[in-house]
Amino acid sequence: MAYTENELAKDLENQEYKFGFVTDIESDKAPNGLSEDIIRFISAKKKEPEWLLDHRLQAFATWKTMTEPSWAHVHYTKPNMQEICFYSAPKQTKKYESWDDVDPEMKETMKKLGISMEEQKRLTGVAVDFVMDSVSVATSFKSKLNELGIIFCSFSEAVQEHPELVRKHMGTVVPTSDNFYAALNSAVFTDGSFCYIPKGVRCPMELSTYFRINEGGTGQFERTLVVADEGSFVSYLEGCTAPQRDENQLHAAVVELIALENAEIKYSTVQNWYPGNKEGIGGIFNFVTKRGICERNAKISWTQVETGSAVTWKYPSCILKGDNSVGEFYSVAVTNNYQQADTGTKMIHLGKNTKSTIISKGISAGKSQNSYRGLVQIHKNATNARNFSQCDSLLMSDECGAHTFPYIECKNSSAKIEHEATTSKIGEDQIFYCQQRGINIEKAISLIVNGYCKEVLNQLPMEFAVEAQKLLEISLEGSVG
Amino acid sequence: MIKISNLHASIDGKEILKGLNLEVKAGEIHAIMGPNGAGKSTLASVLAGREEYEITEGTVDFDGQDLLELSTEDRAREGLFLAFQYPIEIPGVSNINFLRTSLNEIRDYKGEEQISAKDFLARVKEKSALVELDSKLASRSVNEGFSGGEKKRNEIFQMAMLEPKLAILDETDSGLDIDALRIVANGVNKLKSDKNATIVITHYQRLLDHIIPDFVHVLYDGRIVKSGTKELALELEEKGYDWIKAEVETH
Ligand SMILES: Nc1ncnc2c1ncn2[C@@H]1O[C@H](COP(=O)(O)OP(=O)(O)OP(=O)(O)O)[C@@H](O)[C@H]1O
Ligand SMILES: [Mg+2]
Repeated sequence: MAYTENELAKDLENQEYKFGFVTDIESDKAPNGLSEDIIRFISAKKKEPEWLLDHRLQAFATWKTMTEPSWAHVHYTKPNMQEICFYSAPKQTKKYESWDDVDPEMKETMKKLGISMEEQKRLTGVAVDFVMDSVSVATSFKSKLNELGIIFCSFSEAVQEHPELVRKHMGTVVPTSDNFYAALNSAVFTDGSFCYIPKGVRCPMELSTYFRINEGGTGQFERTLVVADEGSFVSYLEGCTAPQRDENQLHAAVVELIALENAEIKYSTVQNWYPGNKEGIGGIFNFVTKRGICERNAKISWTQVETGSAVTWKYPSCILKGDNSVGEFYSVAVTNNYQQADTGTKMIHLGKNTKSTIISKGISAGKSQNSYRGLVQIHKNATNARNFSQCDSLLMSDECGAHTFPYIECKNSSAKIEHEATTSKIGEDQIFYCQQRGINIEKAISLIVNGYCKEVLNQLPMEFAVEAQKLLEISLEGSVG
Repeated sequence: MIKISNLHASIDGKEILKGLNLEVKAGEIHAIMGPNGAGKSTLASVLAGREEYEITEGTVDFDGQDLLELSTEDRAREGLFLAFQYPIEIPGVSNINFLRTSLNEIRDYKGEEQISAKDFLARVKEKSALVELDSKLASRSVNEGFSGGEKKRNEIFQMAMLEPKLAILDETDSGLDIDALRIVANGVNKLKSDKNATIVITHYQRLLDHIIPDFVHVLYDGRIVKSGTKELALELEEKGYDWIKAEVETH
């Protein structure tokens, strides 16, 4: 059984998407295309207050004046907005009180994802807000969270139940005019998650949301808003996977994090959307705007494991506004076949003694392109700002690409900025060494890759780390015969 | 244990092993010496199953099995162990994790149960003591940042953990200080039994003061050109390889 680096690379290209299936739930969907009428339709469907409709329409007006960005190191056919369905909701809109009431088919979907709800509830105590297409269909652990005054619900529900909080914070970190896709999201978002942790409360469990694109041709425009009030702490998990599709699906989410004084938000993502087949047909376009703001002594930590999507464009960022605030970004991005990822972070240092850490691990296989793009910006008043960045790239084949674009803008001479970067090829020597110790090639690769990503995986909550490792294995395993 | 007959192997079209014969029986220790570039490491790699080499002729019988038919990992699982001349670093993977994975893969192959955490740790403790390996090294990333000598000692530690039938030590003595040399040799001697065998590749006769070989072979230009006992190593130390080369040329 010969196994050279090239054969290995070839095997990796044969890796078919494991979670490709479509759940058959009748949808209640809007006609394709984008117009003011569609936006009014969405807003009316969701029984939204006037201010929110106005917010949407204003975002739409802004969006019309913008053009799609082209600076990222990715190439794709721009989605035709008039062919996208901007709203689709499962017919059954009644809320579930307990998991027993949840549609069996939906449970089946979750099982295929390897995250049976029962299991999750029992083993991990994770409260899950599961988004199937655009409407949240289930929310759990609500009562327990209620006792502590924690709000964790779908975005639509928050609009109805806590309009003052939503209105106060929405759009304050990512303004509607921020970028093309953020503006689009602001105009047409259908649902997402909302989370509020009151002053001084430590959220006792990981809050988790599984997103899933389910309806062919439906763009998903989630909106997530997490507000951690003074002195509070929350760890938030977001994971997703999508069914196999031949046409490209657009996904443009906006995530806003607000960490008030002394608060801490840990936001972890495992992203596993359909990446397209091995010829590069189909797959999700994932254009996400994620940003958090830190007040004094606050901390925001982004951790992401990105294995899916045909095209990814994503820069979870931190605005370190308050003195002594801390921003962290830990990322593993895997690309295979024809996948393209342009991902990284922005650390904007405004306050004094602000600190940021960036650890980025790119893994490219097949003919994929994997780019790190990072900006560290030290403003005039950010005395004693510190940044440490480490960007490593691991190549699995001769045909893939890894690129690093670190940008530094420093306007305060007391700043200390360190940047390290490495590029390496997965070693035939390492694989041989493992094999000589009785470890087969798939296990060897998984071992080596997990070792390479260790600093990032260590940041994830235990149960999520296990899932992430499984994903890395699936994304990179070959069919050794 | 192992019988190598008329083995020819080449890499990138260049023949390195040119009809090599060697038989090692259970309970024996064989030393292989020979000038740089003779093909000693190549022999070790070929036996271990490195894919880059093309076997053009010859057979290798390993305990009744056709070794060359086995995959690299199955050779290891059948009990063939190679202590690398240049041990490989695997960042982020702890020695412990690596060894546990290795041990369990081998047990799985043999239809045995996975080793329990308790038994595993007991074994780590016992074997690291045997080769006097600093217990901190056991939990560090595989060979990463290890000194040259520590890497070699770690190879012997792994050998002790896996208890192979046939161990091939490729210049495990080079880079070791006097004490480490004695420790490594002790380790090898203690693991010696009538059921296993060892092939020691070395340039220095001093290792053979500690590990007493039953046979000493000279590998030159891809062949075993001379075999003898411990005295041959002494003779080589004294006279170098020129006389052997001359002998080979006149034949
Ligand atoms: N890819 C290759 N292409 C051509 N020749 C090679 C290749 N790899 C190894 N060789 C050659 O094979 C020969 C044998 O190498 P090998 O490493 O087996 O020697 P050795 O006996 O272990 O030497 P040393 O005592 O220096 O460790 C050397 O001449 C080496 O240059
Ligand atoms: Mg050698």
